[in-house]
Amino acid sequence: MLEKTLNGSKWYWRWIILLLALMGVGFASYMLQLNQGLAVTGLSRDVSWGLYIAQLTFLVGVAASAVMVVLPYYLHNVKVFGRLTVFGEFLAVAAVIMCGLFVIVDIGKPARLLNIMLYPSPNSILFWDMVVLNGYLLLNILIGWNVLDAERKSVAPPGWVKPLIYLSIPWAISIHTVTAFLYSGLPGKHYWLTAIMAARFLASAFAAGPALLILLCFLLRRVSKFDAGDEAIRRLSVIVTYAMAVTVFFVGLEFFTAFYSQVPGHMHALEYLFVGYQGKGNLVPFMWTFAFLAVVALVLLLNPKTREKENTLKIACAAVFISLWIEKGLGLVIAGYIPNAFEQVVEYVPTAPELMITIGIWATGAFVLTLLYKIAVSVKEESELSIYSARYARVKPVGITVSQDSGKTGGM
Amino acid sequence: MKMHRRNFLRIGGACALGLGFLPAVKVLAGSDLSKVMADPKALTGKKWGMVIDMKKCWEQGRKNCDDCITACHKVHNVPDIGNIKEEIKWIWTEPFENTFPEFKHAYMAEAIKGKPFTVMCNHCDNAPCTRVCPTKATYKRKDGIVVMDYHRCIGCRYCMAGCPFGARSFNFRDPRPFIAEINKEYPTREKGVVEKCNFCEERLAFGQLPACVEACQEKALIFGDLADPNSEVRKVLSSNYSIRRKPELGTEPKIYYLV
Amino acid sequence: MYNARGIITGLVIFVALVTFPFWFSLGKAASAPEPSLDTPAIRQLQEKVCVEGTEFMRTQHMELLKDWRNSVVRDGNRIYVAKNGKQYKMSLQNTCMDCHSNKAEFCDSCHNYANVKPDCWTCHVDPKEGK
Repeated sequence: MLEKTLNGSKWYWRWIILLLALMGVGFASYMLQLNQGLAVTGLSRDVSWGLYIAQLTFLVGVAASAVMVVLPYYLHNVKVFGRLTVFGEFLAVAAVIMCGLFVIVDIGKPARLLNIMLYPSPNSILFWDMVVLNGYLLLNILIGWNVLDAERKSVAPPGWVKPLIYLSIPWAISIHTVTAFLYSGLPGKHYWLTAIMAARFLASAFAAGPALLILLCFLLRRVSKFDAGDEAIRRLSVIVTYAMAVTVFFVGLEFFTAFYSQVPGHMHALEYLFVGYQGKGNLVPFMWTFAFLAVVALVLLLNPKTREKENTLKIACAAVFISLWIEKGLGLVIAGYIPNAFEQVVEYVPTAPELMITIGIWATGAFVLTLLYKIAVSVKEESELSIYSARYARVKPVGITVSQDSGKTGGM
Repeated sequence: MKMHRRNFLRIGGACALGLGFLPAVKVLAGSDLSKVMADPKALTGKKWGMVIDMKKCWEQGRKNCDDCITACHKVHNVPDIGNIKEEIKWIWTEPFENTFPEFKHAYMAEAIKGKPFTVMCNHCDNAPCTRVCPTKATYKRKDGIVVMDYHRCIGCRYCMAGCPFGARSFNFRDPRPFIAEINKEYPTREKGVVEKCNFCEERLAFGQLPACVEACQEKALIFGDLADPNSEVRKVLSSNYSIRRKPELGTEPKIYYLV
Repeated sequence: MYNARGIITGLVIFVALVTFPFWFSLGKAASAPEPSLDTPAIRQLQEKVCVEGTEFMRTQHMELLKDWRNSVVRDGNRIYVAKNGKQYKMSLQNTCMDCHSNKAEFCDSCHNYANVKPDCWTCHVDPKEGK
């Protein structure tokens, strides 16, 4: 099916070239970092994890969100999600690949990466993170590819795919729980030492991931003949709404515990993020942007009129994704280190090479996603076209919303 | 024998995977060294710890004395990077308000306000840093010292996130140019690994006390085996009030301060 | 043959590239390395013996060093009892390099020939180094 990535419009190729260029710049920056060490980043003795690990944390959430399409379809027979499962799984593949790349660029001695397998340490949550992330990547590649291949051949997927699909559902929950455990088990970082860290991670994952999926569905409608269907998008938007409401509620819970108890250790990181602490607060504008976008998103999502209109839904989904990227992809990791163990504030500002590497990895993820989605869309266009032409010879092929197993048109 | 191409490829792939495990097995299998042992002069202990008598340091020591710091950093080739973001320090001083922030208040006695405390890795008995290391590059030895294996460290810096005391430093760049005078009898570290105080285990192995303990002219640093009820540290601890940093976190630090 | 011109050209280029290392270095073979044992410390030795025998060292010095480093760093045992019964401190920098202080003529001569780049020296101090 890989050959399907070689046929595309001129915009497709321009997009691929742009991504390759960004990947090249990122790679060159990484060579600089390999040569000189992590001194080229803005990391410091006090804030020793920054942009790279924060991206990894956010993207694990995006990867886990595939379960929000897979679970309703396979466990609860929500038929409209049937055509979307492959897109959710391929999004997970691209996201987990990005996670792996962010790990590689972050560690000080990448040549020793395999030590984590040669000297397994079950006491370390990072070991388990490696296990579950790689397992999830393998699961989604196997499942997505084989289900798609079966559709291409107009047969049912092979029998061994079903148990893997059922396995991927709790596994998706586990990847984000384990990633949350990386943070919530550390005694020295009060901002992270909260029992609801895993719950917060899952809630924001199930808001940000499906929001991205909705935006991708709209994009696919524009650039290809694949239409996810209004009903599927409507249901996804309801999921995003509930997940975003829970996410914002959880953030509120953190604020309550910190400021009602007035315990300094709990308050200081939140103070640093939202008003500044000890006169320093370079993340304050970002956090208020997060708050503003989160409110905008919730208002647009909770109101059914704006949730069901395409334009306002797109704005809401973008607001969800960006606001949660700020909260998880910036605020969470950096503020864990501020103030440091000695109650001092050492701020973190990413440098240009660090940003270039980050953008290069995002471009790599977009590249993988583009290729995989191109394959999926091409297969679906052909298979649905053939179903249609076999059954409804006189109907136009544009705007098909044929659900995978019944052949009837889905809700419009 | 009839075999489909795909079956052949599957079996071949499985064999290749199996063969790929061979180096891993070799690594995990034990070594067969003829015989190794400890030096007869080595100091032995089950729970190395330290008591730092800060009063002696303040009242009898010179102002701004840093003999312990200079000795440690010299003997261990600790570089002087020169900026607060990338600095590497195994032992240093922090004011009282930063070392024990939960004890500071608005009406502190002059005797303690702003006073420097000598801080270093606490070699915790229940260390979170060793719990989180994904390669066991840092772990607690049988003698209670939390050691770093610089050969194995992948530089993930999870231990730095886990340490509640800010005791660990990372080599953001090659440290060699920043070492004024290399001690030829001790290695340096390289860029990409985490480092910290090692309780001078290379000196203990040949019967010497840690460099900081030896360098202090006021004998304010007392090193010994906390598991030995007759050791000097135990005697000092039983007859003086002592505090540890952040005891509420349960890491069981083994550096005690007399104030 | 379909597309014979393209295929034969491609084949020729491919074979040329793949065999490049062989025909490019024809006649330029480096001579076998002769590591030099001529150091002040070795000259002063009564018995010119290393920790273990020459053949053992030639094939297994890296394994020995790895075992040494696990024993020293991870177990805290620093004395090695060699096959000849003598005791040595396990240390690359202080024991091995004490006698073999000519890294460039000893270690590097074989390593350069075999294009091996051991990364010991970013941490362990080469005796000729140090400011």
